[in-house]
Order: sequence, then C-alpha cells, then structure tokens
Amino acid sequence: MKEDEAACVLFDAGHRACGGCAAAMAARLILDAAGKDTIVVSSTGCMEVFSTPYPETAWKVPWIHSLFENNSAVASGVVESLKKQGRKEKVIAIGGDGATFDIGILCLSGAFERGHDFTYICYDNEAYMNTGIQRSGATPYDASTTTSPAGKCSFGNRRPKKDLPAILAAHGAPYVATASIAYPPDLKKKVEKAVNTPGPCYIQVHAPCCTGWGFEGEKTIAIGKLAIETGLWVNYEMEEGKITKVKKVVRKPVEEYLKEQKRFRHLFKPKRNDAEIAKIQAIADRNAEKFGIEIKLKK
Amino acid sequence: MLEITEGSHAVAKAVGQCRPQVIAAYPITPQTHIVETLADMVADCTIDAEYITVESEFSALSACLGASAAGSRVYSATTSQGLALMFEVCFNCAGMRMPVVMSIANRALGAPLSIWNDHQDSISLRDSGWMQLYAEDNQEATDLHYLAYRVSEDHRILLPSFVCFDGFILSHTYEPVDMLTQEQADSYVPVFKPYHRLDAADPISFGLFASPDYYMEFRYAIDQAMNRARTVLPEAGRVFSEMFGRDYSGLVEAYRLDDADCAIVAMGSICGTVKDAIDEMRDAGKKVGLLKIRAFRPFPVKEVQKALSGVSTVAVLDKNISLGSKGAVALEIRDALYGSQIPVHDYIIALGGRDVRRKDIAAVVASAEAGSGDIYYGLREEVLK
Amino acid sequence: MALGMGCTARPGKSRDTRTGSWRVFRPEFIADKCTKCGMCAIICPEGCIGENEEGLPVPDYDYCKGCGLCAEECPSEAIEMKKEEK
Ligand SMILES: Cc1ncc(C[n+]2csc(CCOP(=O)(O)OP(=O)(O)O)c2C)c(N)n1
Ligand code: SF4
Ligand code: SF4
Ligand code: SF4
Ligand SMILES: [Mg+2]
Repeated sequence: MKEDEAACVLFDAGHRACGGCAAAMAARLILDAAGKDTIVVSSTGCMEVFSTPYPETAWKVPWIHSLFENNSAVASGVVESLKKQGRKEKVIAIGGDGATFDIGILCLSGAFERGHDFTYICYDNEAYMNTGIQRSGATPYDASTTTSPAGKCSFGNRRPKKDLPAILAAHGAPYVATASIAYPPDLKKKVEKAVNTPGPCYIQVHAPCCTGWGFEGEKTIAIGKLAIETGLWVNYEMEEGKITKVKKVVRKPVEEYLKEQKRFRHLFKPKRNDAEIAKIQAIADRNAEKFGIEIKLKK
Repeated sequence: MLEITEGSHAVAKAVGQCRPQVIAAYPITPQTHIVETLADMVADCTIDAEYITVESEFSALSACLGASAAGSRVYSATTSQGLALMFEVCFNCAGMRMPVVMSIANRALGAPLSIWNDHQDSISLRDSGWMQLYAEDNQEATDLHYLAYRVSEDHRILLPSFVCFDGFILSHTYEPVDMLTQEQADSYVPVFKPYHRLDAADPISFGLFASPDYYMEFRYAIDQAMNRARTVLPEAGRVFSEMFGRDYSGLVEAYRLDDADCAIVAMGSICGTVKDAIDEMRDAGKKVGLLKIRAFRPFPVKEVQKALSGVSTVAVLDKNISLGSKGAVALEIRDALYGSQIPVHDYIIALGGRDVRRKDIAAVVASAEAGSGDIYYGLREEVLK
Repeated sequence: MALGMGCTARPGKSRDTRTGSWRVFRPEFIADKCTKCGMCAIICPEGCIGENEEGLPVPDYDYCKGCGLCAEECPSEAIEMKKEEK
C-alpha cells in the first residue's frame, strides 16, 4: 500500500470533484466515521457524478445510485432487505440539497414517517450544482444563481432557506443534527452518533462549493467557518425533537461572509445595498436568538 | 387444488408461495385486493416478508430496487396512474438488472380518469426493458407469476417482469383456479440467488453513470437478455407443463388457427370472448382462428411469423393506442409480417372498459375480410356529433 | 473487460484517473515547520496526504489537485503553494 492510501481507506482518490470540493471532503469524513460495514445510497448530483464514472468508483463500501429523487426509498428497501436476511450493515443515504429539500422530499418524508433504521445525510451546497448552479429550497436569501440571478429588478434568491431539520424532527426522528465540513471532528462525531441511533436520523452538512458560490477552492473551510461565525449557519443537535447542543460563537457581521462570495457580489457592486444586507443580518440575528449561539465578550 | 376464488386473491396467494422477502406496494384500484391480501398474509405470518407501506408507487418500486440490490426477492403490484408514476424507476430497474416481479391489474390511463380496463398502462412501458406477460384468465394470471420469478431471476436473464391481467375483468372475478401447493411452488421457483448484492464483504458500486463510450453497450446487453428470454421463457413454460400439466411453453398460443383464413390477434382476457366468437363463426362455416400473444416483451417475432404464415387476413385487437400512430400490437405484427403479402388490419377496441361481445368480434372479422380496418371499433358516433 | 452487470463496478479503478495533472500550484511541505498535527490529511478532499516513517505528511502528487486547502488551513504555515513547473 502506498503511503497516501491510508488517508483514503474508504473513499478513493481519482474522483473528479473540483479542487477544494467540500462534498468530496464530506464523503471521506462520513465514511471514516461510519466505517466499512456501511451501505451508501446516493442520489444523482455532484457527489454521485464525480465519484462514479463507469468503470471507476471511488467508493470502497457497497454503494448504490438509482435516481435523483429516490435515495430514501431505495434506502428503505435496502434496510428492510438486510433486516429480512439478518444482516447488520448500517445504511446511509446521501443526497445533495436539491435531492433532499426539493425533489426527494416525498420519499424522505415517507421513509422518516415509517421509521426505517437508517441515517440520511444531506451535503448542502445550497443549489443544484451538477446542472449548473440553479436555486434550490436550500439556497439562502439573495444568493444569485443561474435561475435566481441578480438583475436590474432582482436581488437574487427571493426566499430564505427551508428549515428542513425542523421538518424531519417533526416526523419524530430521534436524532437530527447540522454540521459543517469546516469542523471535521464534530461532523464525524455526529455521523457516529446518527448511525448508532436506532431509527431514522438526519444530518445536514454545510458544504461550501467554490465553483457555485464563487470563491477559491483553498477557502472552502474558511468560508464554512465564516457561515457559522456570522450566524448564517448554526451547528446544533436535536434529540427527540429538542435542541440539546448548539455551537456558540463570537458573532461577526454577515457581510464578512457575503463579500467573500461571487453569489452575493451584487450586494456590494456596483453599489453597496445596505437594505438587503440588513435583511440578511436580520436572518442571522434571528438565528442567534432562536438558538442562543452568541458568546458575549467581556469588554 | 381447485379453488373458486377471486383473481386478485389467487394472484396474491401465488405470490406468497414464491416467498418474496420484501414487498412494497401502494394501493390503487383495481390492484388493491392483491396488496390487501398480501398484507393479511404478512400480518398472520403465513408469509415471512417485510411489507413496506410506502407513500407512493414511485417509492414502492424504488424500495423494491433497493431491496433487490441488497439481495432479497421482491414484489410489487400496481396499475395505470401508479405505473405511470413509476416510469422513471421502471427504466432504472431494467437498466440495473434487478429481477423485480410486478403484477399489473391493467387499467386505462387518464385523462379522462378511468378505473376500467385497457392495456394503455403497461403498453406505455413497452420500451422500459421489462418482460411483459399477459394472462387470458385467472388460472394463467396465477401461474405466470411462478414463471416470471423463475425467468426474471435466471442469471441468463436478470430482467424485471410485468405479469399483466385485466383489471376488474380478471382481478375482481371469481373463477375456479387450480392452486399449486407450497411444496410444488418451492420445487418450481428456486431459492433466490442474487447475481451480486450490496455487501460489505465485497463492496460493489451499483448504478454508475456511463459515458458515450459505454452507454450503448449496456443497452445492447439488456436487449441481448431479452433475446435470451425468447428461449428461457418457453423453457420455463415447458418445465411448468411437465410438472403441473398446464402448458405455457409458447410465447404465443394458437386457437383453431391451422386452417384459418382470417386470424385475430389479441392479448389478455378478451381472448376468452374471441374464442367463443370463433366457435360460433366456425359453426357457421367461417375459417377464423386466434393468435393469442402471451409475451409482448420480448416480442415473439418468429412465432408470430410461423403462426400467421398460412392466413390471408389478420385483424389485430388493440386495447391501447399510440396516439398519432396505431395500436402497439398491430405495429409489432406488421413488423413481423413485413415482406409478406398478408394484410394486417388494426382495431382499437375496448378502451377504458368498453364492453366487447361475441358479435363485435364477428363484426371485426367481417370488416377485416372486407379490407377495411385501422379504425376505432365501436365508437359512439352520436356523442361525437 | 466484461461489462459490469447493470453498470456496476468494484473499487480499484478510480485511481486510473491521475487528477494530479490538473494541478497549477503545488503544495510543498516544510518539514521544519510541521508539528505533525494531522490537519492537512484530515481535510484534503482527495484524501491524498499520507505520512512517512517520521510521521511527516506526504502528499501523493499523482492525485493532489493543488487546491491549496491544506496550505490555507495548516496552523503552522508549513505548506507553501508553488507554481507548478510544466
Ligand atoms: C428527475 C430529474 N430531474 C432533474 C434531473 C437533473 N439533475 C441532476 S442532478 C441535479 C441537481 C442536483 O442538485 P443537488 O441535489 O443539490 O446536488 P449537487 O449537484 O448540488 O451536489 C439535477 C437538477 C435529474 N437527474 N432527474
Ligand atoms: S461544483 Fe461544487 S459541489 Fe460540485 S464538484 Fe465542484 S466544488 Fe464540488
Ligand atoms: S497541517 Fe501543517 S502542521 Fe499539521 S501536519 Fe499538516 S503540514 Fe504539518
Ligand atoms: S493542495 Fe489540495 S489536493 Fe493537494 S494535498 Fe493539499 S489539500 Fe490535498
Ligand atoms: Mg446542491
């Protein structure tokens, strides 16, 4: 074994993700945490496409892809099939935000309501990246995408992000968490917890996308951290529907996050748009209040 | 053992005897009695299966796909709108070579909404890579399920199957059906041996994407499997007839066709009416016969050519319409007879549950013999005015 | 090579694609500055950073895409991105 292979025990190198891709990082970290006795069910999207151009596969665990919107239903079948055979492998469904928030929500809701023992992980890059950066239900307010472009009479995406973790918690999911590739040990801990919790568990992983958001690949983690430090992304855990843990931060103004990304450039150029920036700041403020993330520094 | 039973119950019982490990289905008229009966069997532990009460047909077939990939024998049933909702997954099951068996209690497709029988639903999945078997009566509907499992799961084939039987006309009708015993079913349907499966001990990736360098070869491989099914299906039918006496060795079946001038071609329960009409016409001295199509996919080109080689006229009864073209069965028959001089007349008939009687069959034969055809038979002109 | 039934494949061939050829900048690891904290190996999206006998990180340039994430995140500034000589 070459030295480097140690680092990609279960997700192989040679995949075709963009340099600095958070989704690729997420795939590695998820498998690291879940271990080799895991069956992965993927949806169509960047992660599936960059990892499995026939006859190459980066997955060293059993893996299946069927369609864009059915990974939870396929996973339901896998789980019950294993149960019938008395097998013990863990099942993880992985989907992009488009697959999860939008087109696959019927299958997802059905699978969670039925209570299959599996973990669903959404890698959330906040748009349909594989088809060229179109908006999804996870796209944040004002982000410019190819179907929510900023223009003379548009500030980008008109709606805030859908609160999917709350929707899944309302299904009675025993464990729901958000995480970020910017904090790998935390992400891995949450994956371990989810796969070892009986019943349907959900983790939503913030996965900044250099290509779709417009920043350099080396900044992927820095951007992920800024999302958390501004309060636009909150890392938390919910057990039996109750928030049990929240990552606290010393908050920064949202524009420190926004101005690093092309998708928000229209808020600064050609003219700074204070009114819209204030609306985004208000979203962060609401998050801060709702989750109690604020660490107040003593003056 | 002969039982007077509803078609759906007989089918459900046969399916149970095939020992599916995972069942995923969603209720829709007229399929409901099948899935309710299976749910009862699971609830009473008469069969040892996981029954997934999915939230849609789309998920039903998706769950079957996942369960099959993980190494279990699977079953689903649907019809009409439900089958249409499965469209994408149907192509996927075949392309991924998952040997799913699914009953189709054939029903018309909306709009307009109709719960009554025709073949538009399964015919519309013609190109999806599923084998399609059509039953004439409840005995055949029941038996074809054993056959379908045996052939679908054969490693030479690995293709999913529709077992089609007419909604209400068969599904809700009580007829005597000779059921196999469990031991007989076990001796005919072998224990499921997956070709490969999702398994941590040998991690395989399923469902990769294919570049233009590979896509065509994968499609060709499916078609090759269909070709092999042209011999594996009759082979399985022969074994069935040797073991249990009922003969399904033909992809087609001829009725009084040997010396016929006019051949009627049809699929499904209408064949029963056609046979009665033929007997009457024969009594009146008319040389008419029936070619019943049992397997629509793979389509039995050679068998059709052979069976129809001696006739002078063909009348095809199509319970479907490829809007803007012809009925799907007539198109196949014309293709099979290409180069011969035999005229093929198409009759779009019995759409959305319109009743067909013996006298209608006689009228069709008269029309074909007069050289007309390629019409909708039995249109109510008064409502078209 | 026979087709994988239903478009299936076993692992192994992913490494046939040498993504190192995409690289424009090359991470160079400065042993003196490295504290062996392991951060770079954890975050590399290619999983292509291993370690040598001394426990120092070693990238596999066959697969390193030169994204610069390791250099950006190294807490000891022990990785420098240098323009790839072609
Ligand atoms: C039914 C269907 N509709 C549309 C598509 C096209 N499509 C493929 S991937 C994709 C977007 C994927 O978005 P997401 O789930 O967020 O994953 P990402 O590519 O962003 O990682 C779309 C729209 C499809 N494959 N299937
Ligand atoms: S577009 Fe974004 S998510 Fe897709 S491979 Fe590139 S960086 Fe990753
Ligand atoms: S991140 Fe920097 S200090 Fe840590 S192991 Fe890598 S090179 Fe060494
Ligand atoms: S530059 Fe990017 S791909 Fe190369 S070793 Fe560093 S993190 Fe990995
Ligand atoms: Mg996305």
